[in-house]
Amino acid sequence: MITDNPKSAPVPSSPAKPIAKLEAAFAAARAAGRKALAPFVTAGDPDLATTVAVLEAVDRAGATLCELGVPYSDPIADGPVIQASYTRALGAGITLDGVLSIAKQASAKVTMPILAMVSYSIIFRRGIDRFVTDAKAAGLAGFVVPDLPLEESDEFDSACRAAGLALVRLVTPTTPPERAEAIARKSTGFLYCVSVAGVTGTRTELPPGLLDRIAWLRTKTDVPIVVGFGISSPEQVRAVAAVADGVIVGSALVRVVAESAADATSEMRSQVETFIADLSAATTAA
Amino acid sequence: MPAATAVSSVPDALGRFGRFGGRYVPETLSAALDQLEREYAQAQADPAFHAELDGLLSAFVGRPTPLLFAKRLTEYAGGAQIYFKREDLSHTGAHKINNTLGQGLLAIRMGKRRIIAETGAGQHGVATATACARFGLECVVYMGAEDVRRQAPNVRNMRFMGAEVRPVESGSRTLRDAINEAMRDWMGSVETTHYIIGSVVGPHPFPRIVRDFQSVIGRETVEQCRRQLGRLPDMVVACVGGGSNAAGMFYPFVDHSEVRLVGVEAGGRSGEPGDHAASLSYGSPGILHGSLSYVLQDHDGQTADVHSVSAGLDYPGVGPEHAYWHDTGRVEYTSVTDGEALDAFDLVAQREGVLPALETSHALAWAANEAAKRPPSEILVVCLSGRGDKDAAEIARLRGLAADGSEK
Ligand SMILES: Cc1ncc(COP(=O)(O)O)c(C=O)c1O
Repeated sequence: MITDNPKSAPVPSSPAKPIAKLEAAFAAARAAGRKALAPFVTAGDPDLATTVAVLEAVDRAGATLCELGVPYSDPIADGPVIQASYTRALGAGITLDGVLSIAKQASAKVTMPILAMVSYSIIFRRGIDRFVTDAKAAGLAGFVVPDLPLEESDEFDSACRAAGLALVRLVTPTTPPERAEAIARKSTGFLYCVSVAGVTGTRTELPPGLLDRIAWLRTKTDVPIVVGFGISSPEQVRAVAAVADGVIVGSALVRVVAESAADATSEMRSQVETFIADLSAATTAA
Repeated sequence: MPAATAVSSVPDALGRFGRFGGRYVPETLSAALDQLEREYAQAQADPAFHAELDGLLSAFVGRPTPLLFAKRLTEYAGGAQIYFKREDLSHTGAHKINNTLGQGLLAIRMGKRRIIAETGAGQHGVATATACARFGLECVVYMGAEDVRRQAPNVRNMRFMGAEVRPVESGSRTLRDAINEAMRDWMGSVETTHYIIGSVVGPHPFPRIVRDFQSVIGRETVEQCRRQLGRLPDMVVACVGGGSNAAGMFYPFVDHSEVRLVGVEAGGRSGEPGDHAASLSYGSPGILHGSLSYVLQDHDGQTADVHSVSAGLDYPGVGPEHAYWHDTGRVEYTSVTDGEALDAFDLVAQREGVLPALETSHALAWAANEAAKRPPSEILVVCLSGRGDKDAAEIARLRGLAADGSEK
């Protein structure tokens, strides 16, 4: 919906809408004086049961919400770590129905809302209406679709709105200002601010200009701004959380899961929990 | 000018060929694709751009390429008269150079001095390296490790011209994986780098731009047929990997509904999944590498593994305009097996003194077979998309011959 006032309040959602869970999660984080922490977990790496356990662990360790990565054979926005996790998951036989069953099992056990990070190739193949229905039935709160730009998204956007599911849009350092405003207006749930021009993967430095870009976006939209790509350490989380509404941590967690997957489940869980708890502590305003 | 409803009046402003095409890419690439679209529109309206490109196509590439009567192949087939459109005589030995020079000039106009490309057979890689050497641009070519092995002469030639060749070890280590890696490079370098995609695939505006640059093939063919033969051909045949030589050949013919157009895909070892690369013959609508087209994919939309003896056809997708031509029925698509293509390689080498590329051999196999069924009054033109020097060593290996072609 386009309104004249860019700072107009978001339309309140009815509690039956899955997106309301997302809004409540941001509100709860705000009330607790912290910013949102949104870990990314690859579904089915190394297997279904482990992913459910990882989701439980990140929930317990303080994640505000979670992105569940749907493995795809040709993920052009992903760097080597997430790519390799997708290859492992597909090699182990994960299917879309398997991903949905992970979401369903996990959403019964965790309090955080779960979003699917999913290529439009997969959505298109199932068919928009069926995909949205299946995702809603699995308890998902919405989607991030990294390869669905503004121009191509009307049909999927309408289906998500009708079902009360979030369609989180992305802005990047190469997005021109006017376009960034248009994207922010369309984004529901939150706005995904991609930190760098590039693929996913950990980076040691925050990109120059990032904090200014977030501050500028802040003047243009009321939807929560969550920053992702390249963030892995508590220091980076702290710096970003000072200006944004949340941070996404992807490749770094995927690596922790991959490296500890060979361990006993309890050992792996505690490594994941420690990693997330350290980041979570960094989301609290100093 | 064709009427607004003509088959040729695509794509629309969003890059749609009917329902196919579009731009399914990460937001990071949107601005660069918009910039490319604007620059292309300006270049098209700029006589200086056309003059420079035409000059290069003439003096550097050697265009127009001839239309040759394949006399002994026609006698062998015993039916329709077969003509070859000799893209193999282009500088670098294939049609790919038509596109790389055009896009190279666009890159220079955009102030981008670093070029990346993917390549399967290595012909597009060589053509890109060639354009970059000519223009003084930095060049990085992504190539599947399996293709680096089977198309070694082209890898060497790219390096000789100063390009950096980066073997891609992920996935099936072929063309599809090379495109993935090139796209990932572009995600991080898009402000200073232009991606010269090598076929009529990828996000809008690439399918349209590559088709336009390759259409010189079909325009020349129309003119040569009129001048040399006094009429248009009855049938035009081209091989289809991503579909650029076919699109360039067919596009100037699509509004001439009396001309039968046939695209030949890679039938591989068999019609079983994983054994071929015939996206239009066996695939279904899906999204791959930024556009909606026919894709070889599984139940969930995961891209399938494919196979072809020919590296340039070994790709699970196809350009969206071909999907449109397929669904509207304007172009027929069929496939030819590895074995039939290898036989056609021998046939054309021995009866015409032309060593065709393995990609091209697919079109030749179908054409020779079809010509036999048509009357001698009919004219059939094959797009001889490239020369086969790059394949000679691999063919010898497949046949268990020594490197010098003798029996071991
Ligand atoms: C000689 C030749 N013909 C055909 C092709 C297939 O590409 P396209 O279908 O884009 O013409 C290639 C690709 O490498 C090639 O080298």
